[in-house]
Amino acid sequence: MKLQEVPHSTSAAPAALLPSDPLYVRLLDGLLVIWRAMTSSRKVAVGSAIVGIFVVVGLFGPFVMTYDPNATSHLFIAPPSAAHWLGTTVVGEDIFSQLVNGTRTSVFWGLGTGLLVTLLSVVIGLVGGYFGGWVDDVLTLLTNVSLVLPALPLAIVLAAYFPRGPLTISLVIVVTNWAWQARVLRSQTLSMRSREFVTAARVSGESTWRIIFYEIFPNEIGLVVAGFVSTTIYVVLTWAALEFLGLGDGTIASWGSMLYWAQQAGALGGGLWWWFVPPGACIAILGAGLSLINFGIDEIADPRLRREHPVKEVKSEKAVA
Amino acid sequence: MRHVIRRILFYICAVWVAVTLDFFIPRLAPGDPVAAIMGKMSQKGYVTPAMQQTLSAMFGLNTNDPLWVQYFKYLGNLLHGNLGNSIQYFPTPVAQIIGQDIGWSIMLGGVAVVISFFIGCLFGMIVAWKRNTLLDTVLSPVMNFLSAIPYFWLALLTLYIFSYLLNWFPLSGGYDSANIDPGWTFDFVSSVIQHTFLPALTLIISSLAGWMLTMRNSMITTLSEDYVLMAKAKGLREGRVMFWYAARNAVLPNITGFAIAIGAIVGGQLLTEMVFSYPGIGYALLQAVNQQDYAMIQSVFLMITLAVLGANFLADMLYAFLDPRVRQERSA
Repeated sequence: MKLQEVPHSTSAAPAALLPSDPLYVRLLDGLLVIWRAMTSSRKVAVGSAIVGIFVVVGLFGPFVMTYDPNATSHLFIAPPSAAHWLGTTVVGEDIFSQLVNGTRTSVFWGLGTGLLVTLLSVVIGLVGGYFGGWVDDVLTLLTNVSLVLPALPLAIVLAAYFPRGPLTISLVIVVTNWAWQARVLRSQTLSMRSREFVTAARVSGESTWRIIFYEIFPNEIGLVVAGFVSTTIYVVLTWAALEFLGLGDGTIASWGSMLYWAQQAGALGGGLWWWFVPPGACIAILGAGLSLINFGIDEIADPRLRREHPVKEVKSEKAVA
Repeated sequence: MRHVIRRILFYICAVWVAVTLDFFIPRLAPGDPVAAIMGKMSQKGYVTPAMQQTLSAMFGLNTNDPLWVQYFKYLGNLLHGNLGNSIQYFPTPVAQIIGQDIGWSIMLGGVAVVISFFIGCLFGMIVAWKRNTLLDTVLSPVMNFLSAIPYFWLALLTLYIFSYLLNWFPLSGGYDSANIDPGWTFDFVSSVIQHTFLPALTLIISSLAGWMLTMRNSMITTLSEDYVLMAKAKGLREGRVMFWYAARNAVLPNITGFAIAIGAIVGGQLLTEMVFSYPGIGYALLQAVNQQDYAMIQSVFLMITLAVLGANFLADMLYAFLDPRVRQERSA
């Protein structure tokens, strides 16, 4: 059940812009391929399950929490107990409740931002690759320049100047991280452009935008999904890093801002491990889940990376799980 | 040659973009640095309009000049190495502060990058060679997990365990500044090593996976080449085939990665420095962000970018040198 989360979230955007039949069929076909890939590879299945759990917790977790994440109490710096599963902060906030509410913020802003990055790189990569000529020259130059500029320092500078908040962080990450995937998609589009089905579409008088997004795009969906997953890992990490530096909105519960407050309150020097360990562990586990998916996709794409003896399969699964 | 010229032109373009971004970001952003500082100062005491004008002039933000004049003044200042004055350490020039800090960053990063490169390549090589054995099935996923751990959280954990719980290492700083004067004395050097150990360790752990996995994948590809089979068929010793036939060719992608990593040293360890309060350029950036020291933020960003661009350029040239196919026309 949970396995369905990832492909659904990625296909949400393309699915929204399709009224016609053949595209629909092709997309479904693409989804079927992804589904088969997910269930055939153990790594992808485990990774999707991890991500799925976080999505479910993010969706429904906050409703079953008994404590308000921002409510202070007189129970300061309490270690984990039955009442407060992960203890309390220096001002008596319930950390478990913060963690669950933070899951919602971090997971959904992370996935959403990953989606935005993917969207931008799809548009730039496909348009550049298909049009060629000066459009491509300009976009390629833009992509390459953006690739060599260091992403994290640029993100810090941008986030320092603009008003604090999740939207700022999201946009900053989009602006600094679209280039890599755009380059991959551009070269793929370049090779698609001269295929027969594109020529056929052009001859039959389809509009340019239709050819790009309805004819070429569905053929690159696998690449886009892989790019989305690896981008999202990076987004989640960068997001937490920026918030940890105090560039986020500290009043909104999220993993990064929990770490920020823990650091500000000197949780490390005070030995309050229950404050700064859980949010970091959540980021790490989510990141590991996503990179398992990616690892699996890599193996599907490059058969040489797959293991050769099916006998050993059992062992590897134990190690992974 | 044509390839080289194209790359040079590209990097000139990239430097120009970086410099221009550095100029426009503060001017386009809604947050006004002058207002921010005025707000801060007014909490402490009385502020006059004259002070505001002085501050604006200091930022080069006086609105009397049209934007393009400001832009060229800014470029001129940059060419003279004039990066403006720091606010938090007023009136120390930013260039001087960066000059002090950058050495620490380069030392920490240099040590970490070199060590993790060698260990990573070695591990990747061995794991690929012993593919499908227990070593590979355990080490590869473990490395994978390590690379997914947030950088700064790993740093926080090690700091907590080794400095707070076990008390083996100091909690912050680059050396014991309370008791020891900088200089080439035994005390100073050993204090520096003691302070560098943990930050370097976390850097190595978190970057090891990248080197290892790249090496592993490229090594697996190389191992299926005919010349490796040939070498084995000739009955050469295992170590010889592994090092001199397979690994020698498989290490190429990592070598260009190494050149880029050297450039990223300046900016690549921002978070680690911040967690360990290590007196490098990343820590300077964090303080500048907290203190809204905008001249400092801009200059640190510029320094980091220039270092990265320079290293990328070197990596490009190195690649052209190592791989003759790139030198020929097929450069894109």
